[in-house]
This record gives sequence, structure tokens and C-alpha cells, in this order.
Amino acid sequence: MRAAPRVVERTSESTKLRVIPRVRELYAYREILANLVRKGLKVKYTASVLGAVWSLLNPLVFLAVFTFVSKVMGSNIPSYPVYLLSGLLAWNLFNVSVTLSTRSVVDNANLVKKVYFPRELLPLSAIGEVLVDFVLQVSVLILFMIVTGYGFHPANLALLPLVVFDLFTFTTGMAFLFAALNVRYRDVQYLVGLGMIVWFWLTPIVYPSHFVQEQAARIGSRIDLFAVYLLNPMADIIEGFHRALYGVVQPRAGTVILVDASLGWLAAVLATAAVASLLLAWLTWRVFFTLSGDFAEEL
Amino acid sequence: MGSPAIEVDAISKKFRLYREKPTSLKARLISSRNRAEDFWALRDVSLEIPEGASLGLIGHNGSGKTTLLKVIAGILRPTEGRVVTRGRIAALLELGAGFHHELTGRENVYLNASFLGLSRRDTDLVYDDIVAFAELEDFMDNQVKFYSSGMLVRLGFAVAVHVDPEILLIDEVLAVGDEAFQARCLERVRQFQRDGRTIVFVTHALDMVARVCDWAVMLDHGHVHAVGPPEDVVRELRYVLLRSDPNFVPEEGTREVEIAGVELVRGRGSNDGSVMPGEDLTIQVDVRANEPADDLDVSFGVWDWRNLLATDGSTAREGVSVGRFAGKRRVRFRLRTVPFAPGKYWITVGLSSQMTGHVYHVQRQRYWFEVREPEAEHQRIVVVPLEVDVEDL
Repeated sequence: MRAAPRVVERTSESTKLRVIPRVRELYAYREILANLVRKGLKVKYTASVLGAVWSLLNPLVFLAVFTFVSKVMGSNIPSYPVYLLSGLLAWNLFNVSVTLSTRSVVDNANLVKKVYFPRELLPLSAIGEVLVDFVLQVSVLILFMIVTGYGFHPANLALLPLVVFDLFTFTTGMAFLFAALNVRYRDVQYLVGLGMIVWFWLTPIVYPSHFVQEQAARIGSRIDLFAVYLLNPMADIIEGFHRALYGVVQPRAGTVILVDASLGWLAAVLATAAVASLLLAWLTWRVFFTLSGDFAEEL
Repeated sequence: MGSPAIEVDAISKKFRLYREKPTSLKARLISSRNRAEDFWALRDVSLEIPEGASLGLIGHNGSGKTTLLKVIAGILRPTEGRVVTRGRIAALLELGAGFHHELTGRENVYLNASFLGLSRRDTDLVYDDIVAFAELEDFMDNQVKFYSSGMLVRLGFAVAVHVDPEILLIDEVLAVGDEAFQARCLERVRQFQRDGRTIVFVTHALDMVARVCDWAVMLDHGHVHAVGPPEDVVRELRYVLLRSDPNFVPEEGTREVEIAGVELVRGRGSNDGSVMPGEDLTIQVDVRANEPADDLDVSFGVWDWRNLLATDGSTAREGVSVGRFAGKRRVRFRLRTVPFAPGKYWITVGLSSQMTGHVYHVQRQRYWFEVREPEAEHQRIVVVPLEVDVEDL
């Protein structure tokens, strides 16, 4: 017995995004999403002997090099490899996801013009692809922390779910926006490439986050410069990862590395960022949804 | 089932045509708005396609067929109007759309099937059939970049016909592969029809429309020009195509001698416009001489639906002289056995001077006859003139 036929009505009106039915529709198309992710991974590692091992080697080499460098040359940040990677891996997820998503619709022009499916799947599959790498690489980092006996801070680890939520919501929001805009203006993909370089340095990844706090306090001003710095959601998110994994604000007496604030304060910042990111993702999803009706003829 | 499978309600689709499409911000800022021209690919198109119908969409290039299909499939958004579809749709706008060259045949089958709405588990069930249909058993683990184009097309079609949609939209993809493969594709389509699925074809192969569809729609410059039985709509398209051809003049000549009348006499004298393959057909041309001409050549040509010359003949070529005459004379061309494939044929009749080639009068493709499809048990590869007699022994 056949189920009742699915009735679909399409009109000239660009339909308003209704989140719940749309999420249900996306769920109905999850096979395509899974296949797109699978395709992306297979294509990426095709004709390479080691395949996914390359994803693991990347953080391993980072860890080895920075362990060596900070041993030999010394570093202002104790356990620099853990500090660096706890932020860098999250940044990479954001950076690579947004970069790939931006091109995702244009790169799949052939599909968009010939096959119907919810276009959101294209940027989402780009994120999914990067997520696989992210999981592998974080596992390497955690393994490294266990093996070297770095230790974990259970209270801080409680931040992880929130900060991971922030990271994905914000990444998805940016991905929808740039993917949609890039269809009309290919400038967007170059702009994103350049923007990411600047953004990287606006985010405490390679330098200690306390440094900015310190400088802001030193310069002084009627406006709170450090608060302005924290308006960058990625700064909050990376700081959240630092706090969750690197853990200690002041690893040595006199050396403050992380933002000098209570766990509760940071959680509040991240919660605010979560609300803001959700709002952003909803807005950019609407933009994407509205524009996606015309992707097939814009390409 | 009351509601139609597809309702197309006053659909219009406008495209902006850019001389050079601005895809960068700079280009968009510099180019003024009026560089873009509006082009209406569809204008106020309404159709109701009942469940289980097979509709052929025909029309000249750029008439809006593919655009309509894409609007129904949901790929393009209509500028005006509304489309309602009831049931799962699979749109074959391009064979192997979404094939990725770095992936193996097997991986592409699963990817492509999911685009057509088949779940992984469903694909598992039909996977062997797909491979067998495409006859690619030995190549499924090769990357498709090593496939020939024929192999790609076969695999694409094999996937497409194994999805199980309630509505199938097909754009020009049936005319692929060798004849054996095409026959299997067609058999598959007929299976879909028997299962009561709704099919919309877009095609240039007009004979396909007559053979497969139960009705047809002709689009002309984005408008619905004709709707009806496939045969009639195909004929209408032919007329429109002929008329739009600047080289086609239906009738011309200086009329020193003119065609007074043409009649087609069927072998059995029947007059219902159809001939069975193997029957005789006489083209009877009445000629009126307004001025005496003594080198008259009467000729005819028979054209099939593709506008290809099927056969022709003339009095001069047969060594027959019409002679010098005043008034009317009748010339009969008797086609002993008509070995044509089933379909419609159009006849051109001409009068010209044998010596100079001067055209007195010509009527192009004004008359037609139809060769009927023989009953199934009468289908033969060749029609051999056969004589039978019975005698007492």
C-alpha cells in the first residue's frame, strides 16, 4: 500500500522560511546529506595511499614540532602545544567549513541546475565533511593530553557542550550567508579567504588571550576595549575551548595565560554568544532560503 | 483518484538575459540595469496532468519545454503562477546528473539514486538489477572517469529507471545508447505506464511521442500552442516548423500549367486516410494547361515526420511523356506496395519544364497519408510482394 502522496505546492512567492517544517524536510533528505559528505571525503582522499591518516598526521606533526620548539627555544606559554591545538582545531573547523561552504553551491552548479533537493544540504555537507576531520583531530589532541599526563579539569570540561554548540551554530550561520552571496558575487569567496587571515589574528589562537585583556587595561579608555574584543564570537568560542581543554588560567605564578575571569562569567559570555549565534544562523538561513529559489538560474 | 498528479496553473517564467553575466561585484556595479533583457520562457501556461497519464511535451528549440519541466521539478521557481504536484517526483533532466568522476560506479549509483529519492536500503535492493540493466557487472568498482560515454549513459539510465517515483519527468534522455538498450529503456517506460505512474516527456523525437504518450502538448515561444492526441499535436508542430522555415514556401510557380487537383487513392479504395504497410497507393495528379507546354515534367516527393525525403519520382525520370495538351490531363503515380514504417507522410507535387527546369507550379507537403501500424501478429521485418493461388488437383 502506498502512503498518501506528498502534495507539494510551489508558487512565485518566495516562501518564508518556516523552521520546523523545513527541518523536517531536511531530515527527510538526510540520505543525500550523508552521501554528499561521503562523496566529499572520498574525493578528498581519492588516489592517496594513506587517506584519512593524513587528517591525523596534521595535528600530530603540529604537536611534535611545537613540543620540540617550546622545549628547545622556550615559550612564554607553558604546554604550548596543548594551548595552541585546543584553539587551532576549533578555528580550523570554522575556517575550513566556511571556506568550503562559500564555494559549495557554485562548485555543485551541475547538481543545482539538474536535480531538486534542499539547497541547504550543500553548505551543510561541507561542514559535515570538516566535522569528520575535527573529530579525528580532537581525538589526537585528547590522546596526547592523556599520554603526556597533561590532565583534565572536570569543572572546565563542562563548558565543552556549550562551546561546541556555539562553534557549530556560528559556523553554520556564516556558511549559509557566504554560500548564498557567492552565487551572485564570486568576489565573496576571495573576500572570505582574505577575511579569514585577519580574523585569525583577531582571535586568541597563537597568542595568550590574557595578553589582550592586559593591553586593553593598560591603554585604558572610556570604552572597554576588551569587551569590544570579545564581540568577536570566535574569540569567545576559542577562549571557551582554551578554558575547557588547556584549563588553567595561571599555569605558573606570575604567568597569566587565559582570560582572568571566573568560569561562571565565561559560561555567561558563551551563553550570550549562543543566543546571538542562533539568531544569526536563523537570519542567514532565511537569506539563504530566499535566495536559493533562484540558484538554478543564477549559476 | 480525483486530483491530477500535476497541476500547472498559469505559470510564467521570466529570465534575465545579460549580454555578459556580471558575476562579480565590480561588474554588477558598472553594468547598468538596462543591459539585462527580460526573456519570457513561459507565458501563462496551464496544464492538468491526470494521474497515470503519459504526456509528451514538444516544441521547437527554446519553446520552453525544459523550463516547464524544471519548474514542475522544483528546480526553477515560477515568476508567476502555481504548480501543485502530488507524489514523489524523479526528474531525469540529465543522465547521471551528479555523477562524480573520482567515485566508482558503485558509489555513484548510491549517490545518484539518493538524488532521485531512493534511500540507501532501497538502493541495496535494486543494486544488482541496476548493474545488470546497465550491463556493467565488471566495471562497478572502477572510477567512472574511466568509463566511456556510452557506459556512463547506460549507468545513468539504469539508476533512473530503477527509482520508484509516482511522477517521472524525462528530458531528452531516452534517445541514448544502442538500439537494444533503447528498446529496454522503452520497455521499462511502458512498465511504468502499466503501473499507473505519471510520466512527462520532453523530446525532439516526434515518433517517440506518438508511440509512447497518450497525449501531447506543444509549446511555442512559451505558450501552449496545441493540446491533444499525440498524432495531431505532432502534425501541428510540423506545420509550425515548416511555416517558420524561411525556405519553405507552401505554393509557388508561374502557372502556365497548374495543379488542378491531387487525390490519394488507397489500394483497397478506402478513404479513411490510412494505408497498411504493403498496400498500394496511387497519387493522382490532375494537371490543367493554361498555355500549351510540351516538355512538362510532373513530379512528387514523399516526406516523413522528420521532414526527410522518403521517396520521390517523376514522369521524366520514368521515361513517360505527358505530351502536349490543352485542358486537363490526369497523371497517376502508382506506388506498388508501400514499404514505409508506420507514421504520417506528406506529399509534395510539382510541375516543371523538363528542359529548363522552370517551375510552373508546386504545392509543398500539402497532402498526406498515414501508414498504419499493422496488428501485432502481422508485424514483419520485410513486406515481400506475395502471390497466392489455389488450384484443383
